[in-house]
Amino acid sequence: MTTTTQPKDPVREHCDTAAGHGRRGRHLIRWWPAGLLLALLAAPYSALPLPGLLDGPIGSPGSLQLLALCLVFGGLATGYDLLLGRTGLLSFGHALYFAAGGYATNTIMLEAGLPFVTSALLALLFGTALAALLGAVGLRVSGIGFSMVTLAFAQAGSILVARDPGGLTGGEEGRAVPANRLPASLVGIEHTVNLYWIALAYLVVTLAAVHCAVRSPTGRVWEGIKENERRVEVLGLRPYGFKLVAFTLSGALAALGGIVYLLLTGGATPQTTTSNFTLSLLVMVVLGGSGSRWGPLVGGVLYTWADHRLGDLAGSGAVAGLPAVLRVPLSQPLFLLGTVFVAVVYLLPGGVVRLPERVRVTWSSRATGRTMTEAEPAERKEIPAS
Amino acid sequence: MSTVVLLALTGLGLGALYFLVASGLSLIFGLMDVLNFAHGALLSIGAYGTWWAASGHLPAAGSGGFGFVLAVAFGTATGALAAVLLELALIRPLYARPREQVLATVGVGLAVPALLSAIWGADARPFPGPRALSGTFGLLGAQIPVNRLVLTGAAVVVLAALKLFLGGTRHGLVVRAGVEDRAMVTALGIDVRRAFTLVFAIGGAAAALAGALGGLYFGSVDPGQGTSLLIFAFVVVVMGGMGSITGAALASVAVGLVQQFANYYTTAGLGDLAVVVLLAALLLARPRGLTGRLA
Repeated sequence: MTTTTQPKDPVREHCDTAAGHGRRGRHLIRWWPAGLLLALLAAPYSALPLPGLLDGPIGSPGSLQLLALCLVFGGLATGYDLLLGRTGLLSFGHALYFAAGGYATNTIMLEAGLPFVTSALLALLFGTALAALLGAVGLRVSGIGFSMVTLAFAQAGSILVARDPGGLTGGEEGRAVPANRLPASLVGIEHTVNLYWIALAYLVVTLAAVHCAVRSPTGRVWEGIKENERRVEVLGLRPYGFKLVAFTLSGALAALGGIVYLLLTGGATPQTTTSNFTLSLLVMVVLGGSGSRWGPLVGGVLYTWADHRLGDLAGSGAVAGLPAVLRVPLSQPLFLLGTVFVAVVYLLPGGVVRLPERVRVTWSSRATGRTMTEAEPAERKEIPAS
Repeated sequence: MSTVVLLALTGLGLGALYFLVASGLSLIFGLMDVLNFAHGALLSIGAYGTWWAASGHLPAAGSGGFGFVLAVAFGTATGALAAVLLELALIRPLYARPREQVLATVGVGLAVPALLSAIWGADARPFPGPRALSGTFGLLGAQIPVNRLVLTGAAVVVLAALKLFLGGTRHGLVVRAGVEDRAMVTALGIDVRRAFTLVFAIGGAAAALAGALGGLYFGSVDPGQGTSLLIFAFVVVVMGGMGSITGAALASVAVGLVQQFANYYTTAGLGDLAVVVLLAALLLARPRGLTGRLA
């Protein structure tokens, strides 16, 4: 749970020793992920109302459902960033593996009559195998060709689901989860808290998997591929295998996310198969900050929260009273999200997670002028646009 | 026989629609390395502009005869203007960052259809067209809707005009040279950024025309139309080879025909599936597209 892999840290460490104060405080600050996890673990037992942020108190089923969705999408975006931000692969077909997890679990439960846990394991295997297979094919082309092949595969999947072969997928309406196949502790609104635990567990698993993978030797090769694939080849490594590992791992995490999402929404819906779904993942990752540890998580949580809450905002009295010029665009969450996304791309390269750092750099350079010697150029190099 | 003729001409009409979208996409990608996700939004803007003008909001424009021509011209001009605005306001400031350019177009591609459905509703609106274009005509025993012919004719005209422009004018020369090697054109002292705006205007106009005529083809306009056509336009662009107009024309005819015939002779939906499978197969067999170029 430390941040030693990032290039800025030696500099910051150096600063700390040189300044000789505030070390204790910063050590404490470094443990904030643990603190956040504790807060998330305690959340269901809290009756604290967060007016504006959530509809009811935190512990109420509605709020827990929304929080769980946020956590699932945070995890999903983190898994997707394994491709985009860590390996430099722009996949437009990630929705396929997410949908594969959900649809396969549901179909196995409905058609084969197996219990949920067995179905979920089989579906995870299916999603992983699908990602490995299609990745092996798609990675034979690189660059924009790869993006297009992944888009084509995902589109094929989307069409297949919409066609409803043999009544397996339910076509445009999707299929509801059979409640009698689920453990009783996962059915009913009073058990929303259990779904919340599962979503939180999924997020922790994804974060841990991505963290370990990125710090492993394979992860270093991914970084090399992202920076300069040709040089990795010159070093005697074949990028193909490494990229396939990243693609398969990311696909497996997405399939797992699809299974959790299936539980949360109580059914498999064709919206999860569309290219727009992949685009929204892309928006989440870039919004939060691609290639950083917490960025995709922050982006996923922010996007999901905004997508749900802005819809409520649009229907509220405060918006209905506005003149038409303001009211009409505000009634569409997707319009606001698209606009915010363009603004982030344009004004905030590196995403939302870079915001505190940028503010701090601007503030400290204004406050201390030229007295910061080594730290300043190093920090500036990271943020070219500041 | 009559079924084959009908399917072939409908396939050509659909292919014409794909070509109108793909020609601009292909030029933009070839010249600027920007995969323009907002192209579907430009198409929707053109469709709604034409629909708005043809339903009597624009004086002199209407749903019949010369009024409809004026409406289509208005829709096309709106699309071209929107494309120029997009290039100047969002693409140009991000000139040194190609990935951010793509992301910015993704944002626009999400926001514009949402805005359109906020203003005119998410449901499909009936598209007013001249009576002369809503009928059918007989050919080899088949009754063929006239609008298929209009679409094919428009695509052929656009193809010829683009070929003339690229092959015979100085601006066209700059665009062609820019597609080949942008750095070299800049090094020769030519401001290639003017060509960017020009290509965006042309691409936007072609996409908006596709939207206006697509309204005739589908009989209605809805905010999501552009996005669903965009995916097949991507398929066409990649198949034809990025930056190649002739390649895009060939690929769009192939895609339109395959889609129509497969949808009719097998089950509905399988044609769409066949097209994307075809793309994957083609890319794996020939990673550089039909005409051998891939930037």
